[in-house]
Amino acid sequence: MTRHKAADAIDAVWRIESARLIAGLARVVGDIGVAEDLAQDALVAALEQWPESGVPDNPGAWLMATAKHRAIDHLRRGKMQDRKHEHLGRELEERQVSPEAALAAAIDDHVGDDLLSLIFTACHPVLPTEARVALTLRLLGGLTTDEIARAFLVSKATIQQRIVRAKRTLAAARVPFEVPRGAELTARLGSVLEVIYLVFNEGYSATAGDDWVRPALCEDALRLGRILAELAPDAAEVHGLVALLEIQASRLRARVSPAGEPILLLDQDRGRWDHLLIGRGLAALERAEALGGASGPYTLQAAIAACHARARTAEETDWTRIVALYDALAQLLPSPVVELNRAVALGMAFGPAAGLEVVDSLTTDPALAGYHLLPSVRGDLLAKLGRFDEARAEFARAAELTQNVRERQLLQKRREAL
Amino acid sequence: MRFMTIVKTRETGAHPSPALIDKIGKLGEEAAKKGVFVGMGGLAPTALGARARLSNGKITVTDGPFTEAKEIIGGYAIYNVPSKKEAVEWTKRFLEAHIGLWDQELEVEVRQMMDDPSQGC
Repeated sequence: MTRHKAADAIDAVWRIESARLIAGLARVVGDIGVAEDLAQDALVAALEQWPESGVPDNPGAWLMATAKHRAIDHLRRGKMQDRKHEHLGRELEERQVSPEAALAAAIDDHVGDDLLSLIFTACHPVLPTEARVALTLRLLGGLTTDEIARAFLVSKATIQQRIVRAKRTLAAARVPFEVPRGAELTARLGSVLEVIYLVFNEGYSATAGDDWVRPALCEDALRLGRILAELAPDAAEVHGLVALLEIQASRLRARVSPAGEPILLLDQDRGRWDHLLIGRGLAALERAEALGGASGPYTLQAAIAACHARARTAEETDWTRIVALYDALAQLLPSPVVELNRAVALGMAFGPAAGLEVVDSLTTDPALAGYHLLPSVRGDLLAKLGRFDEARAEFARAAELTQNVRERQLLQKRREAL
Repeated sequence: MRFMTIVKTRETGAHPSPALIDKIGKLGEEAAKKGVFVGMGGLAPTALGARARLSNGKITVTDGPFTEAKEIIGGYAIYNVPSKKEAVEWTKRFLEAHIGLWDQELEVEVRQMMDDPSQGC
Protein backbone atom coordinates (compact mmCIF):
# COMPACT_ATOMS: atom_id res chain seq x y z
CA MET A 1 0.00 0.00 0.00
CA THR A 2 1.33 3.40 -0.89
CA ARG A 3 1.79 6.04 1.78
CA HIS A 4 -0.76 8.20 0.03
CA LYS A 5 -3.41 5.49 0.04
CA ALA A 6 -2.76 4.68 3.69
CA ALA A 7 -3.14 8.36 4.59
CA ASP A 8 -6.47 8.44 2.74
CA ALA A 9 -7.70 5.35 4.55
CA ILE A 10 -6.59 6.71 7.93
CA ASP A 11 -8.33 9.99 7.25
CA ALA A 12 -11.55 8.19 6.33
CA VAL A 13 -11.41 5.87 9.33
CA TRP A 14 -10.74 8.82 11.60
CA ARG A 15 -13.74 10.72 10.27
CA ILE A 16 -15.95 7.70 10.74
CA GLU A 17 -14.69 6.62 14.17
CA SER A 18 -13.45 9.73 15.98
CA ALA A 19 -16.74 10.72 17.62
CA ARG A 20 -17.27 7.26 19.09
CA LEU A 21 -13.65 7.13 20.19
CA ILE A 22 -13.78 10.49 21.93
CA ALA A 23 -17.18 9.71 23.49
CA GLY A 24 -16.03 6.36 24.92
CA LEU A 25 -12.84 7.87 26.26
CA ALA A 26 -14.63 10.91 27.72
CA ARG A 27 -16.87 8.71 29.85
CA VAL A 28 -13.82 6.99 31.32
CA VAL A 29 -11.62 10.03 31.87
CA GLY A 30 -14.49 12.45 32.48
CA ASP A 31 -13.04 15.26 30.40
CA ILE A 32 -13.65 15.77 26.72
CA GLY A 33 -10.40 17.71 26.29
CA VAL A 34 -8.33 14.83 27.65
CA ALA A 35 -10.46 12.37 25.67
CA GLU A 36 -9.78 14.20 22.44
CA ASP A 37 -6.05 14.28 23.17
CA LEU A 38 -6.03 10.53 23.81
CA ALA A 39 -7.96 9.87 20.62
CA GLN A 40 -5.53 12.10 18.71
CA ASP A 41 -2.63 10.10 20.16
CA ALA A 42 -4.19 6.97 18.68
CA LEU A 43 -4.52 8.73 15.35
CA VAL A 44 -0.84 9.71 15.43
CA ALA A 45 0.07 6.09 16.19
CA ALA A 46 -1.97 4.99 13.17
CA LEU A 47 -0.28 7.56 10.96
CA GLU A 48 3.10 6.20 12.08
CA GLN A 49 2.31 2.50 11.82
CA TRP A 50 -0.26 1.92 9.09
CA PRO A 51 1.82 3.09 6.14
CA GLU A 52 4.37 0.38 7.10
CA SER A 53 2.11 -2.37 8.42
CA GLY A 54 -0.86 -1.74 6.18
CA VAL A 55 -4.33 -0.71 7.34
CA PRO A 56 -5.59 -3.30 9.86
CA ASP A 57 -8.65 -5.40 9.03
CA ASN A 58 -10.78 -3.58 11.56
CA PRO A 59 -9.25 -0.11 11.70
CA GLY A 60 -11.89 1.26 14.06
CA ALA A 61 -11.20 -1.46 16.61
CA TRP A 62 -7.45 -0.86 16.26
CA LEU A 63 -7.86 2.84 17.00
CA MET A 64 -10.09 2.07 19.95
CA ALA A 65 -7.65 -0.49 21.38
CA THR A 66 -4.74 1.91 21.03
CA ALA A 67 -6.72 4.75 22.58
CA LYS A 68 -7.71 2.47 25.47
CA HIS A 69 -4.07 1.77 26.22
CA ARG A 70 -3.37 5.47 26.28
CA ALA A 71 -6.33 5.98 28.61
CA ILE A 72 -5.01 3.31 30.97
CA ASP A 73 -1.61 5.01 31.00
CA HIS A 74 -3.33 8.28 31.67
CA LEU A 75 -5.31 6.88 34.60
CA ARG A 76 -2.26 5.09 35.99
CA ARG A 77 -0.37 8.34 36.02
CA GLY A 78 -2.75 9.15 38.83
CA LYS A 79 -4.80 11.72 37.09
CA MET A 80 -7.96 10.44 38.71
CA GLN A 81 -9.45 13.76 39.51
CA ASP A 82 -12.92 12.94 40.63
CA ARG A 83 -14.80 10.26 42.42
CA LYS A 84 -15.86 8.55 39.26
CA HIS A 85 -12.28 7.75 38.42
CA GLU A 86 -11.45 6.65 41.92
CA HIS A 87 -14.42 4.37 41.66
CA LEU A 88 -13.16 2.99 38.39
CA GLY A 89 -9.74 2.46 39.93
CA ARG A 90 -11.23 0.62 42.89
CA GLU A 91 -13.32 -1.49 40.62
CA LEU A 92 -10.25 -2.48 38.67
CA GLU A 93 -8.53 -3.60 41.87
CA GLU A 94 -11.52 -5.35 43.42
CA ARG A 95 -12.42 -7.31 40.37
CA GLN A 96 -8.84 -8.42 39.95
CA VAL A 97 -9.28 -8.26 36.27
CA SER A 98 -6.76 -6.79 33.96
CA PRO A 99 -7.27 -3.06 33.74
CA GLU A 100 -7.28 -3.43 29.98
CA ALA A 101 -10.26 -5.79 30.07
CA ALA A 102 -12.19 -3.68 32.58
CA LEU A 103 -11.56 -0.51 30.69
CA ALA A 104 -12.38 -2.17 27.40
CA ALA A 105 -15.71 -3.26 28.85
CA ALA A 106 -16.33 0.20 30.25
CA ILE A 107 -15.69 1.81 26.89
CA ASP A 108 -17.61 -0.70 24.83
CA ASP A 109 -20.78 -0.43 26.93
CA HIS A 110 -23.35 2.15 25.99
CA VAL A 111 -21.75 3.46 22.82
CA GLY A 112 -25.02 5.23 22.07
CA ASP A 113 -25.23 6.82 25.52
CA ASP A 114 -21.65 7.98 25.22
CA LEU A 115 -22.29 9.74 21.94
CA LEU A 116 -25.40 11.36 23.37
CA SER A 117 -23.41 12.48 26.41
CA LEU A 118 -20.82 13.92 24.06
CA ILE A 119 -23.46 15.90 22.14
CA PHE A 120 -25.06 17.18 25.34
CA THR A 121 -21.68 18.17 26.77
CA ALA A 122 -20.55 19.95 23.60
CA CYS A 123 -23.86 21.86 23.54
CA HIS A 124 -23.88 22.62 27.27
CA PRO A 125 -25.56 25.95 28.13
CA VAL A 126 -22.50 26.98 30.15
CA LEU A 127 -20.85 27.62 26.76
CA PRO A 128 -21.59 30.54 24.45
CA THR A 129 -23.47 29.48 21.31
CA GLU A 130 -20.53 29.94 18.95
CA ALA A 131 -18.38 27.72 21.18
CA ARG A 132 -21.09 25.04 21.19
CA VAL A 133 -21.18 25.14 17.42
CA ALA A 134 -17.39 24.85 17.05
CA LEU A 135 -17.09 22.08 19.63
CA THR A 136 -19.97 20.08 18.15
CA LEU A 137 -18.60 20.27 14.62
CA ARG A 138 -15.17 19.31 15.87
CA LEU A 139 -16.05 16.45 18.24
CA LEU A 140 -19.19 15.04 16.63
CA GLY A 141 -18.78 16.12 13.05
CA GLY A 142 -15.08 15.23 12.89
CA LEU A 143 -14.27 18.55 11.19
CA THR A 144 -10.80 20.01 11.48
CA THR A 145 -10.25 23.46 12.96
CA ASP A 146 -9.38 24.60 9.47
CA GLU A 147 -12.65 23.36 8.01
CA ILE A 148 -14.72 25.00 10.74
CA ALA A 149 -12.85 28.27 10.26
CA ARG A 150 -13.46 28.18 6.50
CA ALA A 151 -17.14 27.37 6.98
CA PHE A 152 -17.70 30.33 9.27
CA LEU A 153 -15.33 32.70 7.47
CA VAL A 154 -13.21 33.34 10.55
CA SER A 155 -9.53 32.67 11.17
CA LYS A 156 -8.23 29.30 12.24
CA ALA A 157 -6.77 30.90 15.36
CA THR A 158 -10.21 32.18 16.37
CA ILE A 159 -11.75 28.72 16.13
CA GLN A 160 -8.79 27.15 17.91
CA GLN A 161 -9.16 29.62 20.75
CA ARG A 162 -12.91 29.07 20.90
CA ILE A 163 -12.42 25.33 21.24
CA VAL A 164 -9.64 25.55 23.82
CA ARG A 165 -11.65 28.00 25.89
CA ALA A 166 -14.78 25.86 25.63
CA LYS A 167 -12.95 22.78 26.89
CA ARG A 168 -11.50 24.80 29.77
CA THR A 169 -14.92 26.18 30.66
CA LEU A 170 -16.44 22.71 30.72
CA ALA A 171 -13.64 21.41 32.94
CA ALA A 172 -13.76 24.43 35.28
CA ALA A 173 -17.55 24.18 35.61
CA ARG A 174 -17.16 20.45 36.30
CA VAL A 175 -19.84 19.71 33.76
CA PRO A 176 -20.57 16.00 34.18
CA PHE A 177 -20.23 13.82 31.10
CA GLU A 178 -23.75 12.42 31.00
CA VAL A 179 -27.15 12.51 29.37
CA PRO A 180 -29.36 14.84 31.43
CA ARG A 181 -32.57 13.38 32.86
CA GLY A 182 -36.11 14.54 33.52
CA ALA A 183 -37.05 18.17 33.04
CA GLU A 184 -33.45 19.15 32.37
CA LEU A 185 -33.37 16.82 29.37
CA THR A 186 -35.99 18.83 27.49
CA ALA A 187 -34.21 22.13 28.05
CA ARG A 188 -30.80 20.70 27.17
CA LEU A 189 -32.18 18.97 24.08
CA GLY A 190 -33.38 22.40 22.97
CA SER A 191 -29.80 23.63 23.09
CA VAL A 192 -28.58 20.69 20.98
CA LEU A 193 -31.31 21.19 18.36
CA GLU A 194 -30.55 24.90 18.25
CA VAL A 195 -26.87 24.24 17.50
CA ILE A 196 -27.70 21.82 14.69
CA TYR A 197 -30.26 24.19 13.17
CA LEU A 198 -27.83 27.08 13.40
CA VAL A 199 -25.15 25.12 11.53
CA PHE A 200 -27.68 24.20 8.86
CA ASN A 201 -28.93 27.75 8.44
CA GLU A 202 -25.43 29.14 8.15
CA GLY A 203 -24.99 26.77 5.22
CA TYR A 204 -28.47 27.23 3.78
CA SER A 205 -28.57 30.99 3.76
CA ALA A 206 -25.12 32.28 4.49
CA THR A 207 -25.41 35.50 6.47
CA ALA A 208 -22.23 36.89 4.97
CA GLY A 209 -19.77 36.32 2.17
CA ASP A 210 -19.87 35.79 -1.56
CA ASP A 211 -21.77 32.51 -1.67
CA TRP A 212 -25.41 32.38 -0.82
CA VAL A 213 -25.25 28.74 0.22
CA ARG A 214 -22.50 26.61 1.64
CA PRO A 215 -23.84 23.09 1.11
CA ALA A 216 -21.05 21.38 3.07
CA LEU A 217 -22.36 22.97 6.28
CA CYS A 218 -25.89 21.82 5.45
CA GLU A 219 -24.55 18.31 5.06
CA ASP A 220 -22.74 18.47 8.38
CA ALA A 221 -25.93 19.59 10.09
CA LEU A 222 -27.96 16.89 8.36
CA ARG A 223 -25.52 14.24 9.49
CA LEU A 224 -25.61 15.53 13.07
CA GLY A 225 -29.41 15.57 12.99
CA ARG A 226 -29.58 12.04 11.61
CA ILE A 227 -27.13 10.83 14.27
CA LEU A 228 -29.23 12.43 16.99
CA ALA A 229 -32.40 10.85 15.57
CA GLU A 230 -30.77 7.42 15.84
CA LEU A 231 -29.53 8.08 19.36
CA ALA A 232 -32.75 9.58 20.70
CA PRO A 233 -35.43 7.79 18.64
CA ASP A 234 -38.27 8.73 21.00
CA ALA A 235 -37.72 12.49 21.03
CA ALA A 236 -40.38 13.91 18.71
CA GLU A 237 -38.70 17.26 18.18
CA VAL A 238 -35.48 15.60 17.01
CA HIS A 239 -37.44 13.99 14.19
CA GLY A 240 -39.20 17.30 13.63
CA LEU A 241 -35.85 19.03 13.17
CA VAL A 242 -34.54 16.25 10.92
CA ALA A 243 -37.71 16.50 8.82
CA LEU A 244 -37.23 20.24 8.50
CA LEU A 245 -33.58 19.87 7.47
CA GLU A 246 -34.23 17.05 4.99
CA ILE A 247 -37.02 18.98 3.26
CA GLN A 248 -35.09 22.24 3.17
CA ALA A 249 -31.99 20.44 1.90
CA SER A 250 -34.11 18.87 -0.85
CA ARG A 251 -34.27 22.33 -2.45
CA LEU A 252 -30.57 23.10 -2.29
CA ARG A 253 -29.80 22.54 -5.92
CA ALA A 254 -32.99 24.28 -7.09
CA ARG A 255 -32.52 27.46 -5.10
CA VAL A 256 -29.31 28.64 -6.73
CA SER A 257 -28.90 29.44 -10.41
CA PRO A 258 -25.85 28.17 -12.31
CA ALA A 259 -24.43 31.67 -11.87
CA GLY A 260 -24.82 31.39 -8.10
CA GLU A 261 -27.85 33.66 -7.75
CA PRO A 262 -30.62 32.78 -5.32
CA ILE A 263 -33.90 31.52 -6.79
CA LEU A 264 -36.95 32.11 -4.58
CA LEU A 265 -39.08 29.17 -3.47
CA LEU A 266 -42.04 29.85 -5.74
CA ASP A 267 -39.82 30.36 -8.79
CA GLN A 268 -37.87 27.14 -8.32
CA ASP A 269 -37.98 24.29 -10.80
CA ARG A 270 -39.60 21.63 -8.62
CA GLY A 271 -38.23 18.92 -10.87
CA ARG A 272 -34.84 19.80 -9.45
CA TRP A 273 -35.97 19.21 -5.90
CA ASP A 274 -34.45 16.11 -4.40
CA HIS A 275 -37.28 13.66 -3.96
CA LEU A 276 -35.17 11.18 -2.04
CA LEU A 277 -34.63 13.81 0.65
CA ILE A 278 -38.29 14.91 0.50
CA GLY A 279 -39.30 11.29 1.10
CA ARG A 280 -36.97 11.05 4.06
CA GLY A 281 -38.24 14.37 5.40
CA LEU A 282 -41.91 13.43 5.13
CA ALA A 283 -41.16 10.10 6.87
CA ALA A 284 -39.36 11.92 9.69
CA LEU A 285 -42.29 14.34 10.00
CA GLU A 286 -44.72 11.43 10.25
CA ARG A 287 -42.56 9.95 12.98
CA ALA A 288 -42.46 13.22 14.92
CA GLU A 289 -46.24 13.51 14.69
CA ALA A 290 -46.75 9.87 15.67
CA LEU A 291 -44.67 10.54 18.78
CA GLY A 292 -47.10 13.31 19.71
CA GLY A 293 -44.87 16.13 18.57
CA ALA A 294 -47.23 17.85 16.13
CA SER A 295 -47.21 21.06 18.15
CA GLY A 296 -43.43 21.26 18.69
CA PRO A 297 -41.72 24.25 17.07
CA TYR A 298 -39.45 22.26 14.73
CA THR A 299 -42.23 19.85 13.81
CA LEU A 300 -44.52 22.79 13.00
CA GLN A 301 -41.85 24.32 10.78
CA ALA A 302 -41.31 20.93 9.14
CA ALA A 303 -45.06 20.70 8.52
CA ILE A 304 -44.90 24.08 6.78
CA ALA A 305 -41.93 22.94 4.68
CA ALA A 306 -43.87 19.76 3.88
CA CYS A 307 -46.78 21.82 2.48
CA HIS A 308 -44.37 23.19 -0.12
CA ALA A 309 -42.73 19.81 -0.70
CA ARG A 310 -46.07 18.14 -1.41
CA ALA A 311 -47.20 20.77 -3.93
CA ARG A 312 -46.26 19.70 -7.46
CA THR A 313 -46.54 23.28 -8.67
CA ALA A 314 -46.32 26.58 -6.80
CA GLU A 315 -50.03 27.16 -7.54
CA GLU A 316 -50.95 23.93 -5.76
CA THR A 317 -49.50 25.14 -2.45
CA ASP A 318 -51.96 24.83 0.43
CA TRP A 319 -51.48 28.39 1.75
CA THR A 320 -54.49 28.19 4.05
CA ARG A 321 -52.90 25.30 5.89
CA ILE A 322 -49.59 27.15 5.98
CA VAL A 323 -51.33 30.15 7.58
CA ALA A 324 -52.87 27.84 10.20
CA LEU A 325 -49.46 26.31 10.94
CA TYR A 326 -47.87 29.75 11.28
CA ASP A 327 -50.73 30.76 13.60
CA ALA A 328 -49.83 27.79 15.81
CA LEU A 329 -46.12 28.60 15.59
CA ALA A 330 -46.72 32.26 16.45
CA GLN A 331 -48.65 31.25 19.56
CA LEU A 332 -45.90 28.87 20.61
CA LEU A 333 -42.95 31.11 19.81
CA PRO A 334 -44.18 34.66 19.47
CA SER A 335 -41.50 36.35 17.37
CA PRO A 336 -41.50 39.13 14.79
CA VAL A 337 -39.71 36.83 12.30
CA VAL A 338 -42.46 34.21 12.58
CA GLU A 339 -45.00 37.02 12.25
CA LEU A 340 -43.29 38.19 9.07
CA ASN A 341 -43.46 34.70 7.60
CA ARG A 342 -47.10 34.46 8.61
CA ALA A 343 -47.68 37.71 6.73
CA VAL A 344 -46.20 36.17 3.56
CA ALA A 345 -48.53 33.18 3.90
CA LEU A 346 -51.51 35.43 4.57
CA GLY A 347 -50.67 37.42 1.46
CA MET A 348 -50.62 34.23 -0.61
CA ALA A 349 -53.79 32.76 0.92
CA PHE A 350 -55.98 35.85 1.21
CA GLY A 351 -54.40 38.49 -1.01
CA PRO A 352 -51.48 40.94 -0.66
CA ALA A 353 -53.53 43.48 1.33
CA ALA A 354 -54.04 40.94 4.15
CA GLY A 355 -50.30 40.30 4.26
CA LEU A 356 -49.38 43.97 4.11
CA GLU A 357 -51.59 44.76 7.08
CA VAL A 358 -49.50 42.44 9.27
CA VAL A 359 -46.19 43.61 7.79
CA ASP A 360 -47.08 47.24 8.44
CA SER A 361 -47.67 46.42 12.09
CA LEU A 362 -44.09 45.09 12.22
CA THR A 363 -42.27 48.08 10.72
CA THR A 364 -41.84 49.72 14.13
CA ASP A 365 -40.68 46.52 15.84
CA PRO A 366 -37.13 47.24 17.07
CA ALA A 367 -36.18 43.56 16.70
CA LEU A 368 -36.63 43.83 12.92
CA ALA A 369 -34.96 47.24 12.57
CA GLY A 370 -31.96 45.99 10.56
CA TYR A 371 -33.60 42.86 9.12
CA HIS A 372 -33.45 42.95 5.32
CA LEU A 373 -36.33 40.52 4.84
CA LEU A 374 -38.83 43.00 6.29
CA PRO A 375 -38.47 45.58 3.47
CA SER A 376 -38.03 42.69 1.03
CA VAL A 377 -41.41 41.16 1.95
CA ARG A 378 -43.04 44.56 2.16
CA GLY A 379 -41.70 45.43 -1.30
CA ASP A 380 -43.11 42.22 -2.71
CA LEU A 381 -46.58 42.84 -1.29
CA LEU A 382 -46.56 46.48 -2.42
CA ALA A 383 -45.56 45.44 -5.93
CA LYS A 384 -48.45 42.97 -6.05
CA LEU A 385 -50.79 45.80 -5.06
CA GLY A 386 -49.41 47.92 -7.90
CA ARG A 387 -47.72 50.42 -5.56
CA PHE A 388 -44.46 50.30 -7.53
CA ASP A 389 -42.73 53.46 -6.24
CA GLU A 390 -43.06 52.33 -2.65
CA ALA A 391 -42.03 48.80 -3.63
CA ARG A 392 -38.85 50.06 -5.32
CA ALA A 393 -37.90 52.01 -2.20
CA GLU A 394 -38.39 48.90 -0.05
CA PHE A 395 -36.24 46.69 -2.32
CA ALA A 396 -33.52 49.34 -2.30
CA ARG A 397 -33.58 49.40 1.49
CA ALA A 398 -33.48 45.61 1.68
CA ALA A 399 -30.49 45.53 -0.67
CA GLU A 400 -28.69 47.98 1.59
CA LEU A 401 -29.37 45.92 4.69
CA THR A 402 -28.29 42.45 3.53
CA GLN A 403 -24.70 41.38 4.19
CA ASN A 404 -24.78 38.79 1.45
CA VAL A 405 -23.54 39.81 -1.98
CA ARG A 406 -25.74 37.39 -3.97
CA GLU A 407 -28.87 38.36 -2.12
CA ARG A 408 -28.13 42.05 -2.66
CA GLN A 409 -27.87 41.47 -6.40
CA LEU A 410 -31.22 39.67 -6.42
CA LEU A 411 -32.92 42.49 -4.53
CA GLN A 412 -31.46 45.12 -6.86
CA LYS A 413 -32.70 43.11 -9.83
CA ARG A 414 -36.20 42.92 -8.40
CA ARG A 415 -36.14 46.66 -7.87
CA GLU A 416 -35.06 47.30 -11.44
CA ALA A 417 -37.69 44.93 -12.84
CA LEU A 418 -40.54 47.04 -11.43
CA MET B 1 -21.33 15.07 -1.10
CA ARG B 2 -23.32 12.06 -2.08
CA PHE B 3 -22.01 8.83 -3.48
CA MET B 4 -23.92 5.97 -5.00
CA THR B 5 -22.17 2.65 -4.59
CA ILE B 6 -23.27 0.18 -7.23
CA VAL B 7 -22.77 -3.51 -6.53
CA LYS B 8 -21.93 -5.67 -9.54
CA THR B 9 -21.91 -9.42 -9.53
CA ARG B 10 -22.63 -12.49 -11.66
CA GLU B 11 -26.22 -13.56 -11.73
CA THR B 12 -26.10 -17.14 -10.51
CA GLY B 13 -29.40 -17.38 -8.72
CA ALA B 14 -27.55 -17.74 -5.41
CA HIS B 15 -29.31 -16.09 -2.49
CA PRO B 16 -27.48 -14.35 0.33
CA SER B 17 -27.61 -16.35 3.57
CA PRO B 18 -29.50 -14.98 6.58
CA ALA B 19 -26.10 -14.43 8.22
CA LEU B 20 -24.96 -12.22 5.33
CA ILE B 21 -28.25 -10.32 5.23
CA ASP B 22 -27.92 -9.76 8.97
CA LYS B 23 -24.36 -8.48 8.61
CA ILE B 24 -25.25 -6.09 5.81
CA GLY B 25 -28.25 -4.90 7.81
CA LYS B 26 -25.98 -4.17 10.78
CA LEU B 27 -23.63 -2.21 8.54
CA GLY B 28 -26.56 -0.15 7.29
CA GLU B 29 -27.60 0.49 10.88
CA GLU B 30 -24.09 1.60 11.74
CA ALA B 31 -24.01 3.97 8.77
CA ALA B 32 -27.37 5.36 9.85
CA LYS B 33 -26.09 5.88 13.39
CA LYS B 34 -23.19 7.82 11.96
CA GLY B 35 -25.55 9.99 9.98
CA VAL B 36 -24.14 9.09 6.57
CA PHE B 37 -26.76 6.67 5.35
CA VAL B 38 -29.21 7.99 2.77
CA GLY B 39 -30.66 4.87 1.21
CA MET B 40 -29.96 1.41 -0.12
CA GLY B 41 -31.74 -1.16 -2.16
CA GLY B 42 -31.36 -4.60 -3.66
CA LEU B 43 -32.48 -5.44 -7.17
CA ALA B 44 -34.69 -8.40 -8.10
CA PRO B 45 -33.48 -10.99 -10.66
CA THR B 46 -33.03 -9.66 -14.20
CA ALA B 47 -35.77 -12.09 -15.27
CA LEU B 48 -38.21 -9.56 -13.85
CA GLY B 49 -36.59 -6.62 -15.66
CA ALA B 50 -36.09 -5.39 -19.19
CA ARG B 51 -33.55 -3.53 -21.24
CA ALA B 52 -34.39 -0.62 -23.47
CA ARG B 53 -31.79 0.43 -25.95
CA LEU B 54 -31.32 3.37 -28.31
CA SER B 55 -29.13 2.60 -31.28
CA ASN B 56 -28.93 4.37 -34.63
CA GLY B 57 -32.05 6.30 -33.71
CA LYS B 58 -34.03 3.14 -33.01
CA ILE B 59 -35.38 1.97 -29.68
CA THR B 60 -35.52 -1.72 -28.88
CA VAL B 61 -36.80 -3.31 -25.70
CA THR B 62 -35.68 -6.74 -24.53
CA ASP B 63 -37.19 -8.51 -21.54
CA GLY B 64 -34.92 -10.15 -18.96
CA PRO B 65 -33.19 -12.31 -17.98
CA PHE B 66 -29.92 -10.88 -19.24
CA THR B 67 -28.36 -14.29 -19.82
CA GLU B 68 -25.48 -12.96 -21.92
CA ALA B 69 -24.38 -10.44 -19.29
CA LYS B 70 -21.09 -11.12 -17.50
CA GLU B 71 -22.10 -8.99 -14.58
CA ILE B 72 -25.29 -7.35 -13.51
CA ILE B 73 -26.17 -4.69 -10.97
CA GLY B 74 -27.33 -6.38 -7.78
CA GLY B 75 -27.98 -3.40 -5.58
CA TYR B 76 -26.92 0.04 -4.53
CA ALA B 77 -26.41 2.24 -1.52
CA ILE B 78 -26.31 6.00 -1.22
CA TYR B 79 -24.09 7.66 1.36
CA ASN B 80 -23.71 11.29 2.24
CA VAL B 81 -20.12 11.74 3.36
CA PRO B 82 -17.64 14.63 3.39
CA SER B 83 -15.25 12.99 0.92
CA LYS B 84 -14.71 10.10 -1.49
CA LYS B 85 -12.34 8.49 0.99
CA GLU B 86 -15.17 7.78 3.35
CA ALA B 87 -17.41 6.43 0.63
CA VAL B 88 -14.57 4.04 -0.22
CA GLU B 89 -14.14 3.11 3.45
CA TRP B 90 -17.83 2.24 3.81
CA THR B 91 -17.62 0.22 0.61
CA LYS B 92 -14.65 -1.70 1.96
CA ARG B 93 -16.69 -2.51 5.04
CA PHE B 94 -19.55 -3.66 2.84
CA LEU B 95 -17.22 -6.01 0.98
CA GLU B 96 -15.61 -7.22 4.21
CA ALA B 97 -19.04 -8.27 5.44
CA HIS B 98 -19.17 -10.76 2.55
CA ILE B 99 -15.90 -12.53 3.37
CA GLY B 100 -16.66 -16.15 4.23
CA LEU B 101 -20.36 -15.67 3.54
CA TRP B 102 -20.41 -15.09 -0.21
CA ASP B 103 -18.20 -16.89 -2.67
CA GLN B 104 -18.97 -15.00 -5.89
CA GLU B 105 -16.70 -12.25 -7.04
CA LEU B 106 -18.07 -8.80 -6.23
CA GLU B 107 -17.23 -5.39 -7.57
CA VAL B 108 -18.55 -2.13 -6.24
CA GLU B 109 -18.45 1.04 -8.26
CA VAL B 110 -18.22 4.15 -6.09
CA ARG B 111 -19.67 7.10 -7.97
CA GLN B 112 -20.14 10.67 -6.87
CA MET B 113 -23.63 11.92 -7.59
CA MET B 114 -24.02 15.17 -9.47
CA ASP B 115 -25.58 17.60 -7.07
CA ASP B 116 -25.55 21.03 -8.66
CA PRO B 117 -24.64 23.74 -8.04
CA SER B 118 -21.71 22.86 -5.82
CA GLN B 119 -22.00 19.14 -5.30
CA GLY B 120 -23.99 19.80 -2.13
CA CYS B 121 -26.45 17.73 -0.10
